[in-house]
Amino acid sequence: MPDAIGKVGVNVTVNGKKHSLSVEPRMLLVELLRETLDLTGTHVGCDTSYCGACTLLLNGDAVKSCTVFAFQADGAEITTVEGLESNGNLHPIQKAFGEAYGLQCGYCTPGLMLSTSQQLSRTEEPAEKDFRKAIAGNTCRCTGYQNVLKAMAFAAKAMKESNGHQV
Amino acid sequence: MLAQLGDEAKLLAGGQSLIPLMKLRFANPAHLVDLNFVPDTSFVNASNGAIRFGALTRHAEIENSNVASKIPILHDCAAGIADVQIRNRGTIGGSLAEADPSGDWATVLMTIPTTITCLRAGGARTVPLSEFIKDAYTTDLAHDELISEVRVEVPAKGSGGCYLAFKRSAPVYPSASVAVQLGMEGDTCKHASVFLGCVGLTPVRATDAESALRSKKLDGKAISSAADAARSAADPQPDMRGSVDYKRNLVAGLLKRALNIALRRARGEQVEAGHIYA
Repeated sequence: MPDAIGKVGVNVTVNGKKHSLSVEPRMLLVELLRETLDLTGTHVGCDTSYCGACTLLLNGDAVKSCTVFAFQADGAEITTVEGLESNGNLHPIQKAFGEAYGLQCGYCTPGLMLSTSQQLSRTEEPAEKDFRKAIAGNTCRCTGYQNVLKAMAFAAKAMKESNGHQV
Repeated sequence: MLAQLGDEAKLLAGGQSLIPLMKLRFANPAHLVDLNFVPDTSFVNASNGAIRFGALTRHAEIENSNVASKIPILHDCAAGIADVQIRNRGTIGGSLAEADPSGDWATVLMTIPTTITCLRAGGARTVPLSEFIKDAYTTDLAHDELISEVRVEVPAKGSGGCYLAFKRSAPVYPSASVAVQLGMEGDTCKHASVFLGCVGLTPVRATDAESALRSKKLDGKAISSAADAARSAADPQPDMRGSVDYKRNLVAGLLKRALNIALRRARGEQVEAGHIYA
């Protein structure tokens, strides 16, 4: 390991807030969020790009933030689970996961909610197979997924009824 | 820049293989050159009977491209690679340059005339995919070259292709995969191209399976003998994804299904296909 690693500048907007940071090139995006910005809602599960606990939206695309370098987010807009709510009101997706009991230990839940978010932003009336495909990259070891799928359907319905506006 | 850095430099495309390999210390490049900020490297264009892909075109962009869906086998592949998150980052050029024996794109594109444009500071050259993939994790790329473009010829009318890959869960590599391309004249098969993935160091061309189909009426008998030939052509390694026998049988079963779908597509039917997982 080299003794000193030159830092690189990263300008990134996280949940609407702009940050100008200087990071080691080897830093992962998930580390930037958790350790530099103290946004610990994005979890690290496997750290091998398998489990999806670290899923966030990078310019609207769901990505596994353990497999993106922090410097690659330069100029990007990021949404993490902390950015779903607005003014203290939970997002319909967050409410739906609560109502459908779409979680148990909750470790995978932020990732599942952001995968749900990408899917609902792109498909107006998703079928169950679309939901299944959307969360194929999110591993949950407690729920058995049935209530997660229910939560996704609840969220889709709530968002459609409010015409995409947050309720 | 690559010429200056020498062969210790690695190119970073989507990073969905390279970053995990670096974490495992299987890859330990002295220099990492990120290509993601280079403009105009991500596109899907139709031109002169072919579809051209920029090297950094993400799998998800191909999955959602109306241009790419003109060749259904491309959608079969793009829509099922790993999972949503990985398809949003991973690229067609990165997948081909890595030449992982379990990768999807090389197996699929070997069934259709495909060329790779390799770019270096001094100029560009074009290589057929069959000559580009040299061995497991080994391509024809020199250390100061990169892929700029992948060009895939649109198959003639009356053709049908299909890619089927079986995997144990979404994010993992397939246990085995099969790509076929048929050219039909009525009920008779005029052209057959059959490649098997994950069962050799590079995509395995099942030439005996192709002969079992060519100039034949593709009934159950012809399809069964092609499946038997594919079972013998496969040269798999036993690993956590299955034993040698299991993978040979898997290939044979996948080929039967893929041929039936390719036949229906050759007749103009719309059929959904792609990765199969639990």
